Amino acid sequence: MIELKDVSKTFTLHNQGSAVIEVISNVSFAVAPGECVALTGASGAGKSTLMRMIYGNYLTQAGEIRIGGLDIVRSEPRDIIKLRRDVLGYVSQFLRVVPRVPTLDVVAEPLRALGVPAGDAQDRASALLTQLNIPERLWPLSPTTFSGGEQQRVNIARGFAHTYPAMLLDEPTASLDAANREVVLSLIEDAKARGAAIIGIFHDAAARARVCDREIDVSRFTPGMAA
Amino acid sequence: MTDQAYNFAYLDEQTKRMIRRAILKGLAIPGYQVPFASREMPMPYGWGTGGVQVSAAVLTPEDTFKVIDQGADDTTNAVSIRTFFQRTAGVATTTSTSDATVIQTRHRIPEEALSEGQILVYQVPIPEPLRFLEPRESETRKMHSLEEYGLMHVKLYEDISRHGHIATSYAYPVKVEGRYVMDPSPIPKFDNPKLGDMAAIQLFGAGREQRIYALPPYTQVVSLDFEDHPFEASKADHPCGMCGATDSYLDELIIDDAGGRMFVCSDTDYCEARQAAGHKGKDAA
Amino acid sequence: MTPLLSVQGITKRYGAHIGCADVSFDLYPGEVMGIVGESGSGKSTLLNCMAGHLTPDAGQVVFDTRTDGPRDTITMSEPERRMLGRTDWAFVHQHARDGLRMGVSAGGNVGERLMAVGERHYGDIRAKATDWLGRVEIDASRVDDRPTTFSGGMQQRLQIARNLVTGPRLVFMDEPTGGLDVSVQARLLDLLRGLVRDMGLSAIIVTHDLAVVRLLADRLMVMKSGRVVEAGLTDQVLDDPQHAYSQLLVSSVLQV
Repeated sequence: MIELKDVSKTFTLHNQGSAVIEVISNVSFAVAPGECVALTGASGAGKSTLMRMIYGNYLTQAGEIRIGGLDIVRSEPRDIIKLRRDVLGYVSQFLRVVPRVPTLDVVAEPLRALGVPAGDAQDRASALLTQLNIPERLWPLSPTTFSGGEQQRVNIARGFAHTYPAMLLDEPTASLDAANREVVLSLIEDAKARGAAIIGIFHDAAARARVCDREIDVSRFTPGMAA
Repeated sequence: MTDQAYNFAYLDEQTKRMIRRAILKGLAIPGYQVPFASREMPMPYGWGTGGVQVSAAVLTPEDTFKVIDQGADDTTNAVSIRTFFQRTAGVATTTSTSDATVIQTRHRIPEEALSEGQILVYQVPIPEPLRFLEPRESETRKMHSLEEYGLMHVKLYEDISRHGHIATSYAYPVKVEGRYVMDPSPIPKFDNPKLGDMAAIQLFGAGREQRIYALPPYTQVVSLDFEDHPFEASKADHPCGMCGATDSYLDELIIDDAGGRMFVCSDTDYCEARQAAGHKGKDAA
Repeated sequence: MTPLLSVQGITKRYGAHIGCADVSFDLYPGEVMGIVGESGSGKSTLLNCMAGHLTPDAGQVVFDTRTDGPRDTITMSEPERRMLGRTDWAFVHQHARDGLRMGVSAGGNVGERLMAVGERHYGDIRAKATDWLGRVEIDASRVDDRPTTFSGGMQQRLQIARNLVTGPRLVFMDEPTGGLDVSVQARLLDLLRGLVRDMGLSAIIVTHDLAVVRLLADRLMVMKSGRVVEAGLTDQVLDDPQHAYSQLLVSSVLQV
């Protein structure tokens, strides 16, 4: 489902003497449907960078990244947008939304973008918000004013609203209490069970052990960091 | 007798030729505003300089000339213009609609139907019907040339939204032969139905604005409206106090300090002719 | 799939000065593209060339018309282009005053495009206008008020309603949130996002506000000195800019 072949990335800092920083080189691995793979490595090893490359958020200089057959390194923006809408979900560490939009609509939006009627999308959003213990009185409010943990849960609800065949999870259990952590882990298990290919970053070793089938140490691909 | 100090009908022949060319072009493209080099006339703008120039260009020594102002032959403006052409062209003048061959008018169409061979000359203050919504002349010209007339209906829309009905009661816009939207000059909308299919030639002159436009005989003229707010030619709901006519456009006159009023025909010739034929209204002496 | 708009080699010079040079891109149905750059970078010139307000010195702006398929709008006749301008195209000006008739009621402003395409039933026009006021969150009771009595945000929303009432397929926007309070901007952005999604609109948005494009645009073009220096997915260009100027632009934004 997700396949990386000889993937490399450099940053060129034009405004700092055109310094070229090599961050990832020659990554190759694949994730099958129903499989969950953890990216590991020390902070700064490039886990989030690699994940952003897979999402198309960072430009990849060399290699292939195939998701459901589409090589996103060589795709038109509109194909990547379609991929993100239909196939590839991403739960980042930070919630980025239009201010003043109600939480319920924020969560329902990925479904609305797919053309799901407003009522059905909101039903699904309500169910997820309930599951993640966001009190109903907060639903009509914008999540921009919520606490960090609440924002994280809204972000997760949004990420799981649509049943994506491929998912990227960046620290999904960080800053969650035990009960909510349990909900998130079960959401991941459900996604795996329905056949989603998942790549995740988990600092939480117990969580990682529970949902991940394999681990990939990203430091191996980081020039200058390999042991 | 013609005043020998002037060329026939005041204007020089070259100027009259120029104006006739504009008139012919106007007749060829009904409703289209033809620019012309309007001359200074011995009267202020707003007193009919456009109409006077058109009349001067079409008058021949054999014509019989009539001038009406708001339907009346005896107001200052009407009398002055009539005298002007009496003196400069020596043409016969009349107050009788049917006897006249050229009728210059301000703000009315005579009640009596005009016939072939007659010419009706309108004085026009603002020839551009789109002016009040779109002040740029360059833009209104483009709108005419591209037939973009949505804006005209915006004005009627505004009328209905503000007054519950189309409150425009004079200078009511019309569409000519399905093509040009035209300002019929400030005639009451009661007169609008007479514009269409008229046997006489209708010429419109705007002196200050330097535009001439025209309707040849038997031209199709349709007043703009909405399907659910159709055009209505309205008048005061009274008979004429002097001649009893129920089919003519009426002026309201205040006749005493107690607010007493009467309604009389605005077309003086029509009213007098009816009275002469024995018709009598309730206020007639 | 046929692009809705295919821009090829658009160049506009002002004497020796370059307005924009050799700009090409395809815009597909439902796509929203942002154009960013500093003042004088040529983004407004480009927008005006595409929308038919300026005639470019070179290039084509091919639009996929409903009836005749792809047509170059630069070489089509003026009546045809103006007809597009009030049916399939819409243009949202930065200053609502430039896009509204300030002496005409809100209902008349929205109804104008309907009347321009031949609607002649007052009741229907008014009903549609009122419906659109609701969709842009203006109370129906304001339908007969003139825009001079509206706040800046309301005027901008009225301008949007006036533009979208005929169901256009392509909307050009020139700094649509410029000059508005931040809170009013947010509401407008959310409204635009919803309309774009629900109507399947394509849009080209010129702005210098990177937050606006991040929230509205799928794709981004960065312009400098009349040329496109970088183009791509909006979040990719903003988060991993490749060109020196894009990097400078992104790093110049204050973080809040």
